[in-house]
Amino acid sequence: MSIQPMLELKNVHSGYGSIKALKGISLKVMPGEIVAIIGANGAGKSTTLMTICGIVKVEKGEVLYRGKVINKVPPEKLPTMGLCQVPEGRRIFPRLTVMENLRLGAFYRDDTNQIMKDIQHSYEMFPILGERKSQKGGTLSGGEQQMLAIARALMTKPKVLLLDEPSLGLAPIIVQQIFDIIAQINKEKGTTILLVEQNANLALQAASRGYVVETGEITLEDEAPSLLANPKIREAYLGE
Amino acid sequence: MEYFIQQLINGITLGGMYALIALGYTMVYGVIQLINFAHGEFFAAGGYVGAIALGYFAGIGYMETHPIICLTASFAMAMAYCAYLAVGVEKIAYKPLRKESRLAALLSALGMSIFLSNGLMLTQGVYDAVYPSELFQGRFDFGMVTISYLQIMIVSLTAFLLVGLNLLVFKTKVGMAMRATAQDKTMSALVAIGSNRIISLTFAIGAGLACAAGIMYGLYYGSVRYDMGFVPGIKAFAAAVLGGIGNITGAMLGGLIIGMVEIFGAGYLSSEYKDVFAFIILIAVLYFKPNGIMGENIDDTRV
Repeated sequence: MSIQPMLELKNVHSGYGSIKALKGISLKVMPGEIVAIIGANGAGKSTTLMTICGIVKVEKGEVLYRGKVINKVPPEKLPTMGLCQVPEGRRIFPRLTVMENLRLGAFYRDDTNQIMKDIQHSYEMFPILGERKSQKGGTLSGGEQQMLAIARALMTKPKVLLLDEPSLGLAPIIVQQIFDIIAQINKEKGTTILLVEQNANLALQAASRGYVVETGEITLEDEAPSLLANPKIREAYLGE
Repeated sequence: MEYFIQQLINGITLGGMYALIALGYTMVYGVIQLINFAHGEFFAAGGYVGAIALGYFAGIGYMETHPIICLTASFAMAMAYCAYLAVGVEKIAYKPLRKESRLAALLSALGMSIFLSNGLMLTQGVYDAVYPSELFQGRFDFGMVTISYLQIMIVSLTAFLLVGLNLLVFKTKVGMAMRATAQDKTMSALVAIGSNRIISLTFAIGAGLACAAGIMYGLYYGSVRYDMGFVPGIKAFAAAVLGGIGNITGAMLGGLIIGMVEIFGAGYLSSEYKDVFAFIILIAVLYFKPNGIMGENIDDTRV
């Protein structure tokens, strides 16, 4: 008997009105894995994550989370089931404080004491957030916002964490820090991670497997080291 | 001087009512960027339910023996009724249009306003509904200045509701979720906040406050009419714009200013023109400072 995937997409089609963004995406993410989706701008990477989260509706095909079809589950129910996304551009609530942003990550939870402990834990993980806990989210730097976005997502207690372009617009040293943290979350909490990145090099170094998306379709899937070694990938996505 | 203080007291009483109505406009705008032109009808509906409830209590003689209980019960019933009414209105008239252009929902709101106001006329008649007059008859006299018990009741209840709303929006988890929904609905969904519930709640709270103002209006002026929602509704809208639409503190402040200006304008200039002052302010604000007085730090206290 094979292990059940945490997340599986079967021939998923979706889009925005008449624009078809996904034209039959199929992929699997196994428990504890880090999987990367790489591809160019507009290939459908973010749409894939938004479709998994129910923000963009599935037109055809199935999204399965731990073996259960979640196509019709309202988006706000998914975090309560352990599926959470850190969206592109981080989307911190700009007029809420750092503390309030974290608190809202735990919106559906009732265990107030544990929530307070988890917020403290976030501050230990990202000391800068502790220093700025009363500051409005909108006043943070890009890197701090990315940390807050990840910390906020962790407050939902995810089993599967979807990360959309965590490196976007950040200085290389911050990017390295963020990716260290992603690896740490995966290792320590056993959180399954599906990572979308334009920075293919970075993503494939962090991931164990990868998928290449082009114009709404998966064109290649392989172990991350093989993808890194693949001349086509090196040419198309690694700038060689 | 006494005249001035008297006008000040009257202005606070009226301004508080406008503030309560203005909050509904501003909160709904904050969350779904809609000017809910049907909002004044919740004020009118509240006035009527209050008249019916208080009239009933007066009829069975409870009013003289237990005035506070009767009043509390009437407010509670009317506010609950208006809250449900507003949630229904949102589901029927606005929710289906949420993805359409903002103009569609705006027109739907105008239609809803006409519908509700006519519904009130058809069910309750075109004549004034009278409030029982035996409530809070006493008053304090300070020389030329008088403050009626009724005014004290109205101002303290208004203050209570305003403080309560501030606590709810800025100190509770639900208030946090309301502010988050106003800022980014998609992200709110990604942290398990259902925007439909938050939108319903916003309508319910806004209508509840307008309803309370409607009952106060009825108590203060002695009667209510089916079309009473229109003019105070528009004045409260002016107050919300003056304060900076979407800004809660601004709406409270705007309501007080509009009420003051109206009373002082009527007292010192001409009472014939009392309705005009609010609109002069509205035009001036739109012309000179469209963001409203709280416009600069709109970031701080928006819903």
